Amino acid sequence: MRNGSRERINFIIYIKIYTSVMNNNKTKNKALTGGAAMAEAFRQINPDVMPVYPITPQTPIIETFAKFQAERIVETEIIPVESEHSAMSACVGSSAAGARTVTATSSQGLALMNEVLYIASGLRLPILMAVSARALSAPINIHGEHGDVMGARDTGWIQIFSENVQEAYDNVIIGLKLAEKTMLPIMVIMDGFITSHSVENLEILTDEKVKSFAGEYKPEKFLLNLEDPVTFGPVGLPNSYFEFKIDQGKAMERVFDMYKKITGDFHTISLRNYDLLEKYKSDDAEQIIVIAGSAAGTAKEVVDKLRNEGKKVGLVKIKLFRPFPHKEIAEALKNSKSVAVLDRAMSFGTTPPLYSEIVNSLHGTYYELLITSYVYGLGGRDIFQKNIEKVFNDMINGRYIEEEKYLNSK
Amino acid sequence: MKFNETFEIIFFARAGQGAKAAAEIIAQAAVSEGKFVQAFPFFGPERSGAPTKSFVRVSEIPISTHEPIADPDAVVVLDDTLLGSVDVAENLDMNESLIINTSKSHDEIKKSVPKFRGKAYLIDGNKISSAIIGQPRPNSVILGKIANVTGVVKLESIFSEFRKLFAPKIGEEETEKNIEAIQKGYDAI
Repeated sequence: MRNGSRERINFIIYIKIYTSVMNNNKTKNKALTGGAAMAEAFRQINPDVMPVYPITPQTPIIETFAKFQAERIVETEIIPVESEHSAMSACVGSSAAGARTVTATSSQGLALMNEVLYIASGLRLPILMAVSARALSAPINIHGEHGDVMGARDTGWIQIFSENVQEAYDNVIIGLKLAEKTMLPIMVIMDGFITSHSVENLEILTDEKVKSFAGEYKPEKFLLNLEDPVTFGPVGLPNSYFEFKIDQGKAMERVFDMYKKITGDFHTISLRNYDLLEKYKSDDAEQIIVIAGSAAGTAKEVVDKLRNEGKKVGLVKIKLFRPFPHKEIAEALKNSKSVAVLDRAMSFGTTPPLYSEIVNSLHGTYYELLITSYVYGLGGRDIFQKNIEKVFNDMINGRYIEEEKYLNSK
Repeated sequence: MKFNETFEIIFFARAGQGAKAAAEIIAQAAVSEGKFVQAFPFFGPERSGAPTKSFVRVSEIPISTHEPIADPDAVVVLDDTLLGSVDVAENLDMNESLIINTSKSHDEIKKSVPKFRGKAYLIDGNKISSAIIGQPRPNSVILGKIANVTGVVKLESIFSEFRKLFAPKIGEEETEKNIEAIQKGYDAI
């Protein structure tokens, strides 16, 4: 058989598979806000319990979901509580009891939950929390930023970032399974307002697909199992606490492989490809920007524009932030000459969080590349393509000025 | 009309005038035509009467940028009292459209937007909607005008999205009055 015809046959087979998947799925093309899209994923999952406390810009998620519950479209028990501390405490109780448990929060709410976040992960409870990432007070600010989720990066939760409405929806479905398979809680993060309140196209999977993908939640150990009584949260004295924490660390390490398996399965039902990180035209790039969240989309258009001008630039988009895929990041950056890391958060008294991780990834690799740090978008400050373009051009020209590291600041 | 790239619209209004709803209807209408969209408000303080900004992008290809619109293809102003305080025509070129809901004349408007060299499309949405709906609700009238001037979406798509969105909320009769107002906006010269 000639090569050409073999390719053609492969192509036809691919088309056939593609159309059969599409027909089975009957995926719906819709336009929704990020908040509504996450609520839609929650509706399809139909969790057992959702303890909630409202906070901007997360409220559209629980508002939309509460409507589903009021209309008896879902059977979820919603527990309205008096604070986020209570919301997370109720999540812990409900999840330990054996119920599939979800919630949502932002900013001050996430900060108020902080103490209980460690308990959720320490007890190995697969709670799913949607986070509409927002700046922290003071000064008071309700807008998009990653300061809140970065503050929770050491709480033992899986953290996954979403670039757009589609990813926010997909990450809820992927994240639920990832949490339950690894027995670790997960934060599915989208950018407050920029993604949570923007209407964008997305493909929604059929209810049947999502239900069969999520499966039934059958925890190995749970409080309401009278056949096999267990204790959750006993004292861990110096003779055992240490090992608990080592085990927790190992559980986090197992997330990588499970994430790859789950996203592989997700691909078969959605045809959407998710890896530990996204490489966008970065394989032969000399200059690479590393970024997380909605601004990655903005940066992609800049990459396209500069590629058209013949400049070899690329992008690495962070998806999993906890656990952090150091090996894959180093591998993705190794051929570049320079890397700029753009953080939407600060870490006072040291370098910004994402930048610190990337430096950590490159430590001990001996790659000869220059790495620089930029901060953007704090408190919802706009980030324009021209700001990102300047970073690329400065990298190309070998120019870095410390005073200009705060993009679009005054 | 440049459809090889993204068509971008900015709505200037006051909170409560329904600019966000109008922007979303344009977006949903475009989705129903198989296009890619983004619709998002400028996230400022949302008090009734405060100046607001809403953005819409419509494209034949997926949209990945998340920056606010800075160089629009069309600008829609729902409240002419904004003209003095906001530079609505910023980055609006001669061949791009400026649509204003106003009862003022072209000459008067020209003085309020001195930098704009292109054509301003004026429509008295308050008057038209008052006559048909019984209330000054310029946003439905302006939807028709946008469809006519920019061609970014078809009038029929706006009708069907409007019905889908509003019939359950305001009932059949009120919805049809609004549809009539949209048609009037489309037909108005």
